Amino acid sequence: MTARDPQRVTRLLEGLAAGERGAISEALNLVDDRRSEEREAALRLLDGLAQRAGSGASPHVHHRVGITGAPGAGKSSLLNALVENLHSEAAGIGIIAVDPSSQRSGGALLGDRMRLSGGARESGVFLRSMAARDRLGGLADATHASATVLSSVFHWVFIETVGVGQSECEVADLVDTLVFVAQPGAGDTLQFMKAGILELPDIFVVNKSDTGPVAERTRGELRSTLGLTGPGDGENWQAPVLLASAQDRHGIGDLIERIAAHRDHGLAGGQLAERRARGQVAFAIESLARRYGDFGLARLGGAQAIARRLEAPREGSIFGAVLEIGQQIEAEIRGA
Amino acid sequence: MPQSPHLEEPDRPWLIRTYSGHSSAQASNALYRSNLAAGQTGLSVAFDLPTQTGYDSDHPLARGEVGKVGVPICHIDDMATLFDQIPLDRMNTSMTINATAAWLLALYVAAAERQGVAQDKLQGTTQNDIIKEYLSRGTYVFPPEASIRTTSDIVAYTVEAIPKWNPINICSYHLQEAGATPVQEIAFAMANAVAVLDAVRDRDDVPEETIGRVFGRISFFLNAGIRFVEETCKCRAMTALWAELGRERYGIDDERMLRFRYGVQVNSLGLSEAQPENNIVRIALEALGVTLSRNARTRSLQLPAWNEALGLPRPWDQQLSLRTQQILAYETDLLEYPDLFDGSHVVEARTAALLDDARTEMHKILEMGGAVSAIENAYMKQALVESHTRRIRAIERGEQTVVGVNRFEETADSPLTAEGDASILKVDDSAERDQVERLLGFRGRRNTAEAESALKGIEDALKNGDNIVPASIRAAHAGVTTGEWSDTLRRLFGEYRAPTGVAAARVVAVGDDNEALRARVEGLSEALGRRPKILVGKPGLDGHSNGAEQIAVKARDVGLEVVYDGIRLTPEEIVQSARDEGVHVIGLSILSGSHSILVRDVLQRLEKEGLGNLPVIVGGIIPDDDAAELLAAGVERIYTPKDFDLTRIMGDIVDIVGEAAR
Repeated sequence: MTARDPQRVTRLLEGLAAGERGAISEALNLVDDRRSEEREAALRLLDGLAQRAGSGASPHVHHRVGITGAPGAGKSSLLNALVENLHSEAAGIGIIAVDPSSQRSGGALLGDRMRLSGGARESGVFLRSMAARDRLGGLADATHASATVLSSVFHWVFIETVGVGQSECEVADLVDTLVFVAQPGAGDTLQFMKAGILELPDIFVVNKSDTGPVAERTRGELRSTLGLTGPGDGENWQAPVLLASAQDRHGIGDLIERIAAHRDHGLAGGQLAERRARGQVAFAIESLARRYGDFGLARLGGAQAIARRLEAPREGSIFGAVLEIGQQIEAEIRGA
Repeated sequence: MPQSPHLEEPDRPWLIRTYSGHSSAQASNALYRSNLAAGQTGLSVAFDLPTQTGYDSDHPLARGEVGKVGVPICHIDDMATLFDQIPLDRMNTSMTINATAAWLLALYVAAAERQGVAQDKLQGTTQNDIIKEYLSRGTYVFPPEASIRTTSDIVAYTVEAIPKWNPINICSYHLQEAGATPVQEIAFAMANAVAVLDAVRDRDDVPEETIGRVFGRISFFLNAGIRFVEETCKCRAMTALWAELGRERYGIDDERMLRFRYGVQVNSLGLSEAQPENNIVRIALEALGVTLSRNARTRSLQLPAWNEALGLPRPWDQQLSLRTQQILAYETDLLEYPDLFDGSHVVEARTAALLDDARTEMHKILEMGGAVSAIENAYMKQALVESHTRRIRAIERGEQTVVGVNRFEETADSPLTAEGDASILKVDDSAERDQVERLLGFRGRRNTAEAESALKGIEDALKNGDNIVPASIRAAHAGVTTGEWSDTLRRLFGEYRAPTGVAAARVVAVGDDNEALRARVEGLSEALGRRPKILVGKPGLDGHSNGAEQIAVKARDVGLEVVYDGIRLTPEEIVQSARDEGVHVIGLSILSGSHSILVRDVLQRLEKEGLGNLPVIVGGIIPDDDAAELLAAGVERIYTPKDFDLTRIMGDIVDIVGEAAR
């Protein structure tokens, strides 16, 4: 049984380095596992991945893209079109698709969102769907860790979530570029503005541009609304409002260009590094809070204090730091 | 003296048919001729799944499916063989064909022309109702808009060129199979008809005055369930609503054109695997429901065989169904009277209630943009999944009685099934090989240049917005194959994937017997470290997804995480998905009879991926001998139609996952 395999982390690191799909899947299972011994192994695995990414002559380059928007906006079809367009680049694509869980049963119906076309399948697009579990928002617990695993193998990592408010903030921290998919004529822009969601996306896409004037009007509304709330990431990046049609494959190339442009902008101006660091700290606090609760975090001065400590320059990866802080909390609890 | 209530002349009986076809054109032709000799008065052709979904018999997706649920027809020679020595000017042929209807109609016309029969002499029906394929039967290929276009091409063509042809059979049959209540059955079918009629009306090549004739050629295909009094009322309500639609929406006042014409296949869904002989009685009662009321009587009737839940029926089983119809038509006095229910306030009241509710539901769909919109936004599909869940729940809890299944279960040994698998028909595996050989031979001897130019003609017709039927008839004569014709349309239209309707289906809470299971799932989640995850897969071309959907919804409701990607997956896709998704168990559903080949393929691929320990369960119409073989090959558990208790199946799954993790 794998749980008692002492070489597992090493074996998985090797498998991931070789891009083995079985290893990717097993690693994703591991980082999703709540049992304490598994959690430790997961953190060691993630730490190993982070160390590997930081060393080496040609570090692996990845780009995480979040796709969010209201149900029915056509996120999946748009993502499908993106993937079809990108797979010819042969850079490798991993996808995490998050679906809501039933609050009543805890179960979830996943998938049913996209079928990769033949070409995309053969080129090895990797798709893992996850349930949001007890999180009301659009993210699953293990999304950050899973994205880390996929980022170690693939150039492109897409994270698709249902946008329902608060979760956008978490998604924004988790990805390098957040794409918001709007449905023409849905009249939801005002709602999103109220919720402050429109401040977060880096790129807006009005999908179903084949609806013509309706899509144009929605685009206009979004543009004028954004004019009020100001630009997204940093002073210089003005979030564009694009038109696209997943069905007619219109505007997909343009969208890819803008995604790449956003990344270049973040690399040049340093926003990308800041954002990734912010996302890591958020993950670390979340992970520690889940494991040790408020009581545990208070042993080291509370969430704020731990966050400040994690923001400070450190040796080693965030995952190593989480392990270390966890051990300190446990020692404090035992000491108390 | 009171006046005699008898009709002056007894009515002529409905068309007596049996839905049949299997193995090859030659074998099916022999079957048709023996059925006609036994007193059948029309033919009803069952095509195999590759033919229905537009693949030649040698396509990788056709593997294991050739000749299984019907006859494989790849080209003109197959079609000519199918009707060898059956004069088509005197036959009435119903073809259950939808996505590829224009093509099979073209082949039929071409085969008739080979016999020297002009097309305007032909009589019959192409099912051609694509909307219900998205909802239930699953043999769609192209997106809804494109499908409605080819559907309306057939209507526009036949109304002039083959005036006695029924170009479309709007099917409420499959809606009932998918769980529709009588109200949903009526409303959805009418909304589907409106989608087609509107599309035909809006065509430039259909003059306004033709719409009356078009309306008059639209026929329906209904289901008849065991609640036969209500079914009688349903038929009467549909008769009324159809005439109302014709008058109000299309301005038709010719009474002959407003007549509601329909055929029936009685319900297969309610047939039980337990005590299967009970089905003989069910079938007879259901047949009564659609023939009793003269004003709403079916025009043609197909009865299933009593043992359909066990496997493919043998000639003797089909004969019994034929004799049942003949007793009703020729032995009883049914056809001697006017409508028995005229003046019955009970039947009138039930009919009126159904009519009211159905009208409201139909308008709801029309207001959301019609049937095509209600497909794309999954409104209809979701409603069906929910109704079906309720129905299964009611049977599980004993609120709805099914004799021999959830009540009166004790039984003496049945001599009818004593022979085991000898009491069903098995399609010889060599059928597929022989068919592929014939296909290769045909491709070798046809004039390739002619075939290619005919394909180009189809492409041009599609691009120019011309009717696709004439070009298809030319292609049929030129030796084009089913796969080539379909590929041409696929290239231009794209392929479609319908919403499965499960994700949005609400948790149906009728009491809560899921509670105990949920607690077990929670316990298992803790032991596993994460929530148990199941992949529900439908390999092969079989599109009957009701069972898979019910399993998926139930699994969600007891707390499992469920990956369900809809129909028509290859074993390769299923294994890739199982690995990428990190599932704990795989459930496969197959009803087309291709289970042996497809399940083995999945097992072998799992082994190759190092996932040999992943438990696999299988559901479907699986004869005992096959089940034993599959269990020996490594399948964990097999479920057949007699396993109606989903709660028990979920309990098994929890056990199996727990066992595998140990």
